Amino acid sequence: MIHKWLTGKATNILIPIIAVFLGILVGAIIMLFIGQNPFTGYAALINGAFGDIYYFGEMLRMMTPLILAGLAVAFAFRTGLFNIGVEGQLIVGWLASVWVGVAVEAPMFIHLPLSIAAGAIAGALWGFIPGFLKARFYVHEVIVTIMMNYVALYTANHLIRTYLLVPGERTERISTTASLASPFLQSLTDFSRLHYGFFLAIFACVVLWFVLWKTTLGYELRAVGYNKHASHYAGMNVNTNIILAMVISGGFAGVAGAMEGLGTYGYMSILSGFTGTGFDGIAVALLGANTSIGVFLAAALFGALKIGAPNMQSAAGIPPELVDIVIALIIFFVASSYLIRLVINRLQKEGK
Amino acid sequence: MGFFDILALVIPATIFLAAPLIFTALGGLFSERSGVVNIGLEGLMVIGAFTGILTTLYLEGFGFGVWSPWLSLIAAVVIGALFSLLHAVASITLKADQIVSGVALNFLAVGLSVFLVRNIFGKGQTDYVAHRISRENIPVLQDIPIIGPLFFERVYYTSFIAIAAAFIVWYVVFYTPFGLRLRSVGEHPMAADTMGIKVNRMRYIGVMLSGAFAGMGGAVFALTTAGNFAGNTIVGQGFMALAALIFGKWHPLGAFGAAIFFGLAQSLSITGQSIPLLANVPQVYLLIAPYVLTILALAGFVGKAEAPKAIGKPYEKGSR
Repeated sequence: MIHKWLTGKATNILIPIIAVFLGILVGAIIMLFIGQNPFTGYAALINGAFGDIYYFGEMLRMMTPLILAGLAVAFAFRTGLFNIGVEGQLIVGWLASVWVGVAVEAPMFIHLPLSIAAGAIAGALWGFIPGFLKARFYVHEVIVTIMMNYVALYTANHLIRTYLLVPGERTERISTTASLASPFLQSLTDFSRLHYGFFLAIFACVVLWFVLWKTTLGYELRAVGYNKHASHYAGMNVNTNIILAMVISGGFAGVAGAMEGLGTYGYMSILSGFTGTGFDGIAVALLGANTSIGVFLAAALFGALKIGAPNMQSAAGIPPELVDIVIALIIFFVASSYLIRLVINRLQKEGK
Repeated sequence: MGFFDILALVIPATIFLAAPLIFTALGGLFSERSGVVNIGLEGLMVIGAFTGILTTLYLEGFGFGVWSPWLSLIAAVVIGALFSLLHAVASITLKADQIVSGVALNFLAVGLSVFLVRNIFGKGQTDYVAHRISRENIPVLQDIPIIGPLFFERVYYTSFIAIAAAFIVWYVVFYTPFGLRLRSVGEHPMAADTMGIKVNRMRYIGVMLSGAFAGMGGAVFALTTAGNFAGNTIVGQGFMALAALIFGKWHPLGAFGAAIFFGLAQSLSITGQSIPLLANVPQVYLLIAPYVLTILALAGFVGKAEAPKAIGKPYEKGSR
């Protein structure tokens, strides 16, 4: 299933582009269907994301957790694992980073890395459980990670309510020594909530690329993803690699949560439902074909869509949920690449 | 508070919270038994809830009165089955990854329904329906001492339909030719194909039945509990139904029992504060119980849950 997506370089680049195009096209048809002008709608969307430096800053801010969540999904994908639990890993990462950010007192050069590391470790731990169950008991990771999402949500809310609650249904604000907030970046972007985490996300892209393609560990992880049995025969420890892949994937997701806790908000609220970022990470990874650059670009697209959406409502009277529909359709089209491949192959054969 | 008072508090709540889970889990059973993973149950429930509420509002406008919610249940079943076609086409015909397709279905269901609601009502939620599915006393049976007040007073007919459905599905899946074919394409599609069973057609039927049942489940939840529809009407019930299906080991009666059990956990998390023994137990344990138990069941600590053999794999003729 997954390795099919990794063959044929040109087709690999073409498929996401065609999928995005088809998604936007169907979105336009839906706008026509409700009696709106698609050009006005999409103009409002683009204007909403890029029309003002403030919104551009917000878009970059939005991208940060999306990139990290996308990397988390992509990393697991490469080892043949489907991590739907990024959402839950993100939640525990968010809570752990905020907890350390509130409770510990230390100078910034210790406190900030410590808080981020706390998020990563919490996420990694949350990823370890499905990885271990997969390796030891052959339990499918998809179901376990879905269940772990709910456990994370309710447990985090319970811990906040019991130990960290301040008025406003949230935790205390983290101390400034643990904060990623950047007055400099904020002043550049007309006081958006853009923070230093954005650069950390770019750095994480590089880390993913390096680990996967330039280390023995990455080679083994990808080998296990391609063919478990051949890897085992070649003397690799498949089970250890499965657990490691989930731990690292969860670590990325935990850092995504830390970005929300230490950068965007500076605290954690009691969540009435999922943040959605973890699930968007699945879309980001799929569209980005599980590559660092792809994930970055896909996160940019989805970030722009999400930040621009409210302007569709105010400027063109189109419900912002259109963006959610377009994202869902893009996933459908990427997943159904069988059809796109078929058409491309047919066209190529006729060309010859 | 006496023992009977506790039962009177817990049992009716359990039955009525379990009904949507039972329907949806049974739907998931059809799909997964035919070999197609259905993570999209949540989205199918959303579409069912949306259709149920919207149709009821319109039918009320046309003067159908108390019959509106009942007719809407039928609409929800039909629309649910049609919407599940997206998952069927993507994962069976186009051989898409079934999990990805299910995830996309969930996204699309929430996006599309809230988009339409905002377009029709100009706000994020629908109006409230005037006629919900009403609570009824069952004649004669309600007069039985003890059992009567617990099970037959102020109950929803839909709860009994759900319970009946579990037994009907059990019979259909295990004692009819159709059920045998459905299970065979989920266990060993090539053998089934050799015997002349149309694998992909059976899988389409399985997925569409899951859409119909999940649509029913969503509509029942919306028309008994919620009363209106918004993006947060269905939050996790679909995944909990999936958990019930797995915890029930892909067996109709197992899924039914698991749904009742999860319904009990939910009802205790709501009513627990007024029950002396449970008042000191943090709510969180009851909230996470269904999910933790499902993980333990999968790992084999609570009896091994084994999925149909061919689940998740698209069928390609001639492949081995």
